Amino acid sequence: MSGGNTGPVVGARGLGSFLLGIATWIITLLFFFPVFWMVLNGFKEEVDANTDPKLFFDPTLDRFSEVTEDTTGLLSFSEAFANSFWSVLISTIVVMAMAIPAAYALSIRPVEKWRDVLFFFISTKFLPIVAAILPLWIIARDAGLLNTRLVLIILYTAMNLPLAVWMLRSFFNEVPKELIEAASIDGAKISSQIRSVILPIVAPGLAATALLCVIFAWNEFFLAVQLNPVDGTTVPVWVQSNVSSRGNFLAKLSAASTLATLPVVLAGWVAQKRMIRGLAMGAIK
Amino acid sequence: MATTTPTDVIDRSEEIRRIQRKEKWRRRIPLLPALLFTIVVTQIPFLFSLYYSVTEWTIRPARPRTFNGLSNYAELVTNKFFRDALLTSVLMTVSSVLLSLLVGTGLALLLDRKVFGQGFLRTLLITPFLIMPVVASQVWSSQMLSRTFGVVNWLLETVGVDRIEFVSRYPLWSIVLVLVWQWSPFMMLIVLAGLQGQDASVLEAARVDGATSRGIFFQITLPQLRPYLELGLLLGSIYLIQVFDHVEVMTGGRGAANVPYFVYQRSIGGGWSFGQASAFSIVVVVFSIIIATFGLRVLSGLLEGEEAA
Repeated sequence: MSGGNTGPVVGARGLGSFLLGIATWIITLLFFFPVFWMVLNGFKEEVDANTDPKLFFDPTLDRFSEVTEDTTGLLSFSEAFANSFWSVLISTIVVMAMAIPAAYALSIRPVEKWRDVLFFFISTKFLPIVAAILPLWIIARDAGLLNTRLVLIILYTAMNLPLAVWMLRSFFNEVPKELIEAASIDGAKISSQIRSVILPIVAPGLAATALLCVIFAWNEFFLAVQLNPVDGTTVPVWVQSNVSSRGNFLAKLSAASTLATLPVVLAGWVAQKRMIRGLAMGAIK
Repeated sequence: MATTTPTDVIDRSEEIRRIQRKEKWRRRIPLLPALLFTIVVTQIPFLFSLYYSVTEWTIRPARPRTFNGLSNYAELVTNKFFRDALLTSVLMTVSSVLLSLLVGTGLALLLDRKVFGQGFLRTLLITPFLIMPVVASQVWSSQMLSRTFGVVNWLLETVGVDRIEFVSRYPLWSIVLVLVWQWSPFMMLIVLAGLQGQDASVLEAARVDGATSRGIFFQITLPQLRPYLELGLLLGSIYLIQVFDHVEVMTGGRGAANVPYFVYQRSIGGGWSFGQASAFSIVVVVFSIIIATFGLRVLSGLLEGEEAA
C-alpha cells in the first residue's frame, strides 16, 4: 500500500480529505447541538417544549418577557444582572490592577525567588474553594458581608488573581529586553516605562486575561449561592431559580439560560483568536 | 596617595548593601498587593478550617464548640460515605480530564486542516466552554438526557431502544459527559495553539523524505505538542477537581457526590457538623497538595524549557 505519490493515490487523498471535512462539519454540529436546542426551546410555548422534540413551531418571544418580568418576592432578572455586572466588572478591574505590577515583578525586573512566588500563586488554585467555604461563610457573616456584592467582589478577585498573574507574566516575558533597557537608560520611571513601553506590546494579552477572568466570574455559581442566597445574588442563581417543581418550565428555563449565557458567549466569540494565544502560546513561552 | 582606610571600606560596603537592599525592595513593592491579598483571602480561611477540624462543633442542634483532638480525622477512615466521595472524585477528575484532552486533541487535529468554514466551525466548537456550568448541566439533564423530553432518549426510541433515565441511572457518567463537553473546547484551543506553532518547513522536509503521516504525527507533532498537552492537563485538573455546580444541578449529590460536594453536604449544605466537615476539607487540601506537587512539577518543566530556550 506504500505505492508512492502517483495519480490515483493523490485522488484518494483528495477524497479522504473531503470526507474528513464532512466529518469535521458533522462532529461540530453535533457538539453545538445542545446550545442550538436550548436557544430554540426558548422561543417555544411550554407545550411545544415539553413534548417529543419539535423542530418546527410558531416562535414566540413570550418566554423572554416572562423571565425578565419583575415578580415581587422573587429574584428579578434586572437585579441579578446588575449584581453580576458589578461584581464581575469590579473584581476584574481589581485583579488586573494587582496582577499587572505583580507580573512585572515576576518577569521584567524579577524579585529573588520569583519561581517560588509564582508557584505559591498557582498552588492556591489547587486548594478547593469548598474546603474554605465554611470559614469564609463565618467570617463574612461576622463582618456583615453576607448577601452583599462586596463579598463576591473580594472572592472573585482572589479566585482569578493567580491565573491572571501567571498569564500576564508570560506576556511580559515576550517584551524584548533591549526595549526595557533602553527605556531605563533614558531614566524613565517604572510607571511610565510600563505605560509607554510594555503595555502597548502586551495589550492583546491583557485583553485575553481579562476576558478569561470575566468568563470565570460571570459563570461562578457556588460562592454566589452559598454566600448571597438572599441579596446580591447573580445570574447563575437566577437561572437556577427558574426551575420550578410545579408545572412545565423547560421553555422558560431555556429563555433564561439563553439570556444568561449571551454576554460571555458573544465576548468569547469575538476574542477567540486572542484566547488561543493568551492561553497557550503566552503560557508556555 | 589616595588610600582607603579600613573604615572607608566598611562604609563603602555598607553603602553598597544599603543600595542593594533598597533595590530589592523596589523590586518587591509591585508584587506586594497581589501577594498580600492572596495570602489573606486564601490562607487565613484554611487556618480556621484547621482549628475547626479538631473541635466538636454542631450548629443544629446548637452545641458549644469543644476540643476533641483527632477524633474527626479518625472517623474519616471509617466513614463509608467519605470513601465513596473520594472514589467518585478520583473517577470524575481523571476521566473528565483525560477524555476532554483526547477529544480536544481530536477536534484540534480536525480543525488544523484546511476545512471549508474553519473559523465558523471553531466558533461553534468553543461555545460549550463559554456556557455557564449551571446552564450546561440544565440543558443536558432536562433537554438532552431526560427520559421524557430528552432528545437523546427520543433518538433511542426512534431506533427501537428503550428510553433510559440517564442521570439517575448513571449519575457519575452523565456528569462526566457534560464536563467533557465543556472542557474539550478548552483543550482544543490549547492544542490548536500548539499545532499552529509548528514549523511548517520541518513537516515539509519530513514529507519529502518520505515519512508517512502517521510517522510525522507520532515522531514530530506529538513531541512538539507535549508542553501544550501538559498545560491542558494541569489547567484541566485545577478546575475539574473542584467541580460543584454540575453535581448540584444535575444530581443534587444523589449517586455522584464528589469530595467537594460531600464537604458541602456535611456543613452548610444541611449537615451543620462544622468540626467534622472541616476535617474532611483538610483531607481534601492534603490530597490537593499531593496533586499540586505533581502539577507544579509539570509547571516547573515548562519553566525549565523557558530558561533553556
